[in-house]
Amino acid sequence: MLPYARVVVLPADAAGQPADETARGALGSRFTLASAGRPRTVRRAWLDTFDWRLHRAGCTLEHVTGPRPAELVLTGRDGAQLTQQASRLSWPALAGELPAGPVRDRLEALSGIRAVQPVARAVSTVQDLRVLNTDAKTVAWISLDHTAVRQPAAAQLPTRLLVTAVRGYQAEAQQVARLLADAAGAAAGPAGSPLDAALAAAGRRAEDYSSKLDVHLSPGMPAQAALRDVLLYLLDALEANVPGTIRDVDTEFLHDLRVAVRRTRSALKLAGDVLPSGLRERFGTEFKWLGDLTTPTRDLDVYLLGYQDMAAALISAKPAELAPFHAHLRAQRAAEYRKLVRGLRSARFTRLTCEWRAVLTGLPPGRGRRGGYSAAELAADRIGRAHRRVLRQGQAITPDSPPERLHDLRKRCKELRYLLEIFASLYSPRAHQRVVKDLKGLQDCLGEFQDRQVQQEEIREFASQMMGEEGVPPTALLAMGELAGQLGLAQQGARDEFAGQFREFASPASEHRFRVLMGGTSR
Amino acid sequence: MKILATYNIKGGVGKTATAVNLSYLAAQDGLRVLLWDLDPQAAASFLFRIRPRVKGGGRALIRGSREIDASIKGTDFERLDLLPADFTYRNLDLVLGATKKPTRRLARLLAPLGADYDVIFLDCPPGISLLSESVLYAADSLLVPLIPTTLSVRTLDQLTEFIGGLDGHRPDVLAFFSMIDRRKRLHLEIASQLPEERADVAATIIPSLSLIERMSVERAPVGAFAPRSRAAQSYRELWTEVRARAL
Repeated sequence: MLPYARVVVLPADAAGQPADETARGALGSRFTLASAGRPRTVRRAWLDTFDWRLHRAGCTLEHVTGPRPAELVLTGRDGAQLTQQASRLSWPALAGELPAGPVRDRLEALSGIRAVQPVARAVSTVQDLRVLNTDAKTVAWISLDHTAVRQPAAAQLPTRLLVTAVRGYQAEAQQVARLLADAAGAAAGPAGSPLDAALAAAGRRAEDYSSKLDVHLSPGMPAQAALRDVLLYLLDALEANVPGTIRDVDTEFLHDLRVAVRRTRSALKLAGDVLPSGLRERFGTEFKWLGDLTTPTRDLDVYLLGYQDMAAALISAKPAELAPFHAHLRAQRAAEYRKLVRGLRSARFTRLTCEWRAVLTGLPPGRGRRGGYSAAELAADRIGRAHRRVLRQGQAITPDSPPERLHDLRKRCKELRYLLEIFASLYSPRAHQRVVKDLKGLQDCLGEFQDRQVQQEEIREFASQMMGEEGVPPTALLAMGELAGQLGLAQQGARDEFAGQFREFASPASEHRFRVLMGGTSR
Repeated sequence: MKILATYNIKGGVGKTATAVNLSYLAAQDGLRVLLWDLDPQAAASFLFRIRPRVKGGGRALIRGSREIDASIKGTDFERLDLLPADFTYRNLDLVLGATKKPTRRLARLLAPLGADYDVIFLDCPPGISLLSESVLYAADSLLVPLIPTTLSVRTLDQLTEFIGGLDGHRPDVLAFFSMIDRRKRLHLEIASQLPEERADVAATIIPSLSLIERMSVERAPVGAFAPRSRAAQSYRELWTEVRARAL
């Protein structure tokens, strides 16, 4: 059973009277208040992933330090709290790096591969009071909480009175919360965290970043303006992920940065003809450089993220025998990461982002090239072409086709996917979702096929590098051989699956869903 | 989860004072503790300032028509909860008698609480009854306060004999002397001699002290209102011994 907890926020004009006097006056003769020790100073750090996974799930995570043992408190949407003692933590941290406990267990499911880091910090003075009934039994606690936000900006929050029931005394606690709320002229709300208030006081809001492409376009807007909005959004996303990539907070910063680059490149390639002439060529080259800069580190991240599963799937070799391979991957990753950081700190990168922003914001407001082309017309034309290309190339693939044909098809599918994402706001969400789902099945199959092939080639390369290193036992190379064999099997599995996946994508039902989508642009 | 019952066939030997003080000390030690006041006289409930009332009475609890969970009350002390007494507990034998396998009933009712509590104390009324048989079946250990008379030692023998005759589960017995008057030679003799002779008698003794009686005025465990007193120290020593032997 959850403890009953309600919060009453004192209005600003109640500041003249001490909060405990306000509470005492509100409770009258039905309850008495007793002090429960001296006020304590509590430091809070609210934590979330960069893409606000906890906030989106209705949860808040706090690291609370003060006179009591430091603890992590995870509050769910329904007010249920999980706590675990946790001192000497450093941020950012992946859930798996936290000490074992119920908060870590829940957090692993919520944050996944993203690290949590402080999104706000505050210092609170908390005075605990016991609420006694006529038997002088404690039936509830009132915590008077005076909070000063320190980060992202300094601000003072209104005093909060947190009423918590002692087990079995919920009715009394409800009565206490009601009396306090009546006296304060406020409502007793659920005992959520004051994170949103802290952010608002500092002029920020939660969920101000998402890895999803969330640009609102209107069908009738000029094509150039639509593309400019999309490209500016992607540039924002790219730049937002640079600091996290440089600090190596978690692997998703680099992933999101790469996605922003790939979407930009696809938009330029497939729709850049509506922009002033020369832009596509000039920036296309630079974004290709940026994409290539990020590839080696990302490839190694993918290896390292899947390492545990790969090691666990070994049959003949023991997982421990792969340890030298793991060490090699980590060393390679560290070297590639240094190159990546140098690139992101280079004048070339700064020039690229600055000039790109200047060009996009400076685009003339007119209709641009291609005269009266609207956003909806541009989207229909480019998505239609990309769709036809996927069908054409897919139909040409036979069981004897070389792997390159499947790789090319994968690129075409990605282009179609990016176009669908870029222009998503022009379509009915439901119809859009169904078409993306059809495409995703095919993309997953093609991705599996190519990724496994690339990994097999890489593992051979790694093995030959490791042969030259001292102290690498033959068992490690044997285990890597088994790994390569398993990757080959997985690739073959994907190849076997391809025909069925493509048949489904090219089926009349899927075609129909595509036509429904394209027919519903004008909103 | 361990279940410890304070039990004696005789009344007025310090069962409730033991249950209240040891459950308080167990919670202070960081364990999650529940004390079930099974005595309709409701002394343990009174000492924790909790009104002796359970919705639906003992019948609803024993029959399982009302969740035990919903009747539990938090005490004024962290990690220590109480399942209050109710005047209807005087009829628990009758209620138990109407259930299937009555002696196993308490154990079945308490089993689901294992996720919430590390220790459950049962404060039992005196006498031998169907309820006490059910307690004996549920408890991992019996804490038996003895007053230092020849007669009470005989009662311990009767109790161990009775437990020896039980089918199935038999709780461990840990007796200890309570209400020792240090001015009486007989008390001191018996209290020092018996622990040497019998493994089921603890070395710790609880003296007869006015502070222990004062619990009913303060309505709190001695450790809460006189933490540095001899009474509090005695219970701490007893808890240390019980913890080592029974947990």
